[in-house]
Amino acid sequence: MSELIRLSAADLADKIHKREVSAVEVTQAHLDRIADVDGAVHAFLHVNTEGALAAAATVDEQIAVGEVASPLAGVPLALKDVLCTIDEPTTVGSKILQNWLPPYDATVTERLRKAGVVILGKTNMDEFAMGSSTENSAYGPTRNPWDLERIPGGSGGGSSASLAAFEAPLAIGTDTGGSIRQPGAVTGTVGVKPTYGTVSRYGLVAFSSSLDQAGPCARTVLDAALLHEVIAGHDPMDSTSIDAPVRPVVEAARQGATGDLKGVKVGVVREFRGEGYQQGVIDSFDAAVQQLRDLGAEVVEVSCPHFKYALGAYYLIAPSEASSNLARFDAMRYGLRVDGDTLGELSAEQVMSLTREAGFGPEVKRRIILGTYALSAGYYDAYYGSAQKVRTLISRDFAAAFEQVDVLVAPTTPTTAFKIGERIDDPLAMYLNDLCTIPSNLAGNAAMSVPCGLAAENGLPVGLQVMAPALADERMYRVAAAYEVARDAAQGGPLINRVPELEAISR
Amino acid sequence: MAEVMDYDEVLERFDPVLGLEVHVELNTNTKMFCGCANVFGGEPNTHVCPVCLGMPGALPAVNGKAVESAMRIGLALNCEIAEWCRFARKNYFYPDMPKNFQTSQYDEPIAFNGYLDVELDDGSTYRVDIERAHMEEDTGKSLHVGGATGRIHGADYSLLDYNRAGVPLIEIVTKPLVGTGARAPEVARAYVAALRDLLRGLDVSDVRMDQGSLRCDANVSLMPKGATEFGTRTETKNVNSLRSVERAVRYEMTRHAAVLASGGTIRQETRHFDESTATTRAGRAKETAEDYRYFPEPDLVPIAPSREWVEELRASLPEPPWVRRKHLQEDWGLTDLELRDLVNADALELVAATVDAGAKPDDARSWWVSYLSQQAKTLNQELAELPITPAQVARVAALVADGSLTNKLARAVVDGVLAGEGEPDEVVEKRGLKVVSDDSALTAAIDEALAAQPDVAEKIRSGKVAAAGAIVGAVMKATKGQADAKRVRELIIERCG
Ligand SMILES: [Zn+2]
Repeated sequence: MSELIRLSAADLADKIHKREVSAVEVTQAHLDRIADVDGAVHAFLHVNTEGALAAAATVDEQIAVGEVASPLAGVPLALKDVLCTIDEPTTVGSKILQNWLPPYDATVTERLRKAGVVILGKTNMDEFAMGSSTENSAYGPTRNPWDLERIPGGSGGGSSASLAAFEAPLAIGTDTGGSIRQPGAVTGTVGVKPTYGTVSRYGLVAFSSSLDQAGPCARTVLDAALLHEVIAGHDPMDSTSIDAPVRPVVEAARQGATGDLKGVKVGVVREFRGEGYQQGVIDSFDAAVQQLRDLGAEVVEVSCPHFKYALGAYYLIAPSEASSNLARFDAMRYGLRVDGDTLGELSAEQVMSLTREAGFGPEVKRRIILGTYALSAGYYDAYYGSAQKVRTLISRDFAAAFEQVDVLVAPTTPTTAFKIGERIDDPLAMYLNDLCTIPSNLAGNAAMSVPCGLAAENGLPVGLQVMAPALADERMYRVAAAYEVARDAAQGGPLINRVPELEAISR
Repeated sequence: MAEVMDYDEVLERFDPVLGLEVHVELNTNTKMFCGCANVFGGEPNTHVCPVCLGMPGALPAVNGKAVESAMRIGLALNCEIAEWCRFARKNYFYPDMPKNFQTSQYDEPIAFNGYLDVELDDGSTYRVDIERAHMEEDTGKSLHVGGATGRIHGADYSLLDYNRAGVPLIEIVTKPLVGTGARAPEVARAYVAALRDLLRGLDVSDVRMDQGSLRCDANVSLMPKGATEFGTRTETKNVNSLRSVERAVRYEMTRHAAVLASGGTIRQETRHFDESTATTRAGRAKETAEDYRYFPEPDLVPIAPSREWVEELRASLPEPPWVRRKHLQEDWGLTDLELRDLVNADALELVAATVDAGAKPDDARSWWVSYLSQQAKTLNQELAELPITPAQVARVAALVADGSLTNKLARAVVDGVLAGEGEPDEVVEKRGLKVVSDDSALTAAIDEALAAQPDVAEKIRSGKVAAAGAIVGAVMKATKGQADAKRVRELIIERCG
């Protein structure tokens, strides 16, 4: 195993830009690792060997003439299969888009390419990003490198697992209800949901338009910050994109790494503990809060009384928007088409029905039905309308909290990774995974998960969630980076190094 | 049961209630939510992109020019302009609608509560109250191949063209129009005509009913005389000309009356107007009421036009057609009757444009109300839809004024333009229609004619100038009508003097 794959993105970039190692070598090392272990992990749905090597070669040529496209030029990345790529299929983990080759690149994809980031391939996910375990992928589950019998979280389980398996140093996820942060927490990696509207959604296959947000995934806070600055920024192609300068998150991460949090006020969300929270999660979280105090932060308890309604509101708003967003998959223009044997035998409606029946998995169907119902005449006010009111109340809770403190903290998820198959037949138990992450999607503010130790009872990673006000993403980076340094000092090195060795099982 | 009731009897027993929904395609350069060209026709599926094809991941971005046009239309219709409004998704399945929802506006239209005063044939005015004007996007087009009717049912297969998908539309909806009585069909026609003139004046749309850039759906219901509760309405679509608007309303009134009089009930349904028979037929019956599951479009941010912008647009509106009419009447020195003729012939704006292009008002008026109106009637087309522009008419008038063309030749030039032979000058060239203005060529012809008719020549020489007509006729014949008769007469008298 090449040592290159264990380096951070920042260190890799440094070596590549100093020409100590070529981008091609770095890319090849990761491709080799994928070949070795992805048979066991199944983080990738598609690996673009030739494309990645060609992109790496271009970066090397540029560096040879003194051009460095960005601080991450030459560093490989795993891209969630929900972002359009013109040179690779984009399936969204669904049969309905099997082999679909988009005619365009997503804005995030475009920015990565422009920055010289090398896209290794597309990562597995719950179908249409609906799920918390990646078990809902039409192409089989991804396994957690910490314990291959367990889920890597979801929907972006492939992206986070690829980091924990050292198949990639960077990844992109999308977070609608926690799909970046929860996989980050259960795989011991960093996952960031930037402020809604700061990373373009153009080319991100929509699940829930008002909640979806792409963001960086990495093994260190600084790497996440570097990637954040590559993908963020105003995009006229996305009307909900905010026309404001990118927040100085790299600077904040570097400042945080000095280990000083004096003058920073941290609020602990009172509502996020109690029944349903695993003891090892609570213990790790409490230890992390103590470390924040030790770093000089002032810690207070804060109440957000409406957060308890967030899950209910989310499961009305997200399926409602999804029911409409997914209506376009009708077999008329692209994707799967099931039309019987004879042309002209079936009506357009029948072809659409057969295709959607065959192309969508059970969770997607469940949410389409839920959303269609919630938007129906006579139910709209009670369901969608009420959910929007809850959303406003949650935003007010955040606003009130951020008047008292700079950032809020909570466990990222109530439990550590559960076993594959354990909750698949119990949607409600599955939905509880996102209890702590959903409020920030509803309010649109920034939130991230940073590893905060291993649960005593099972040795699995726990995530510390840090939340910041909208357009103040740098605050959470500063706190997370400071905590990361203290944690590693206390634990005798990065947590991620404790991932068990993976047996080579090729794809 | 008779299928329709005699119109006079309808009016003795019922009061009609009208509701008109007009869809206007804006003439912006690009589509409503993407950068594709907004042009009529074109090779199928050539003006498309991921956005207007509803590709996964693609997102809309609002065309600011379309918003401005919508606001100008709202202001011209005396509407209030929303301080804050949103788009909404109207969810339903149809293969020519790429996203299977239409991005439209629902309970928050950009313009609302307006009116348009419409002048009727007898000079009286009817105020049409406007409920709302809202923005939305057009669908693509389906071509159903095979089967008998060209409709989706029974077709062997269907072809889809998404060039029109995403073209900006403004839907203008009236409040229920009551108290029109016998004039309901006329009010409907006059309203659509007035709206069309207004929109043309604003230069926001091509307003071509034949090309679908202005489409009218007519809602009609009847209530027994003296009743106050509206009857069940039908919505007639596919009404593609002003005349059809009038005929469709009239037909539905007589049909509703026959059904109601025989104790039947009107089904609330969509009906299609058939131009050839001037009747309507029921669309496909819907088993269940359509539930569009409207909700605010999460991919777009609210539109909040500043009051400064609204006032700027209001101040820059062109004068409304009725004020403009008064001005033009004064400028051109028209009697009330002449003006009404011009308006009734739908020729006012065409004449104005022709005058703007350099023609004298009388010449312009004469062309549009006489020769071109006749041609329109012969071709069964609206005057404005004739394939000739005001600038072309002005050019022909200029050629007549400078003596290059006689009136007769000018009509031939116009025929050429109508036949698609090009610009007036090209037609003159191609058809060889230039007046013979070369005096030497004319004198040769005159001498020939005088020699052929010596007795007539003698009469002229003896001072009987009226006799010159015979020589003029002979010369015109010899030049195949391409000589200026006035000049010929002058030359004859000169030579015989
Ligand atoms: Zn387009």
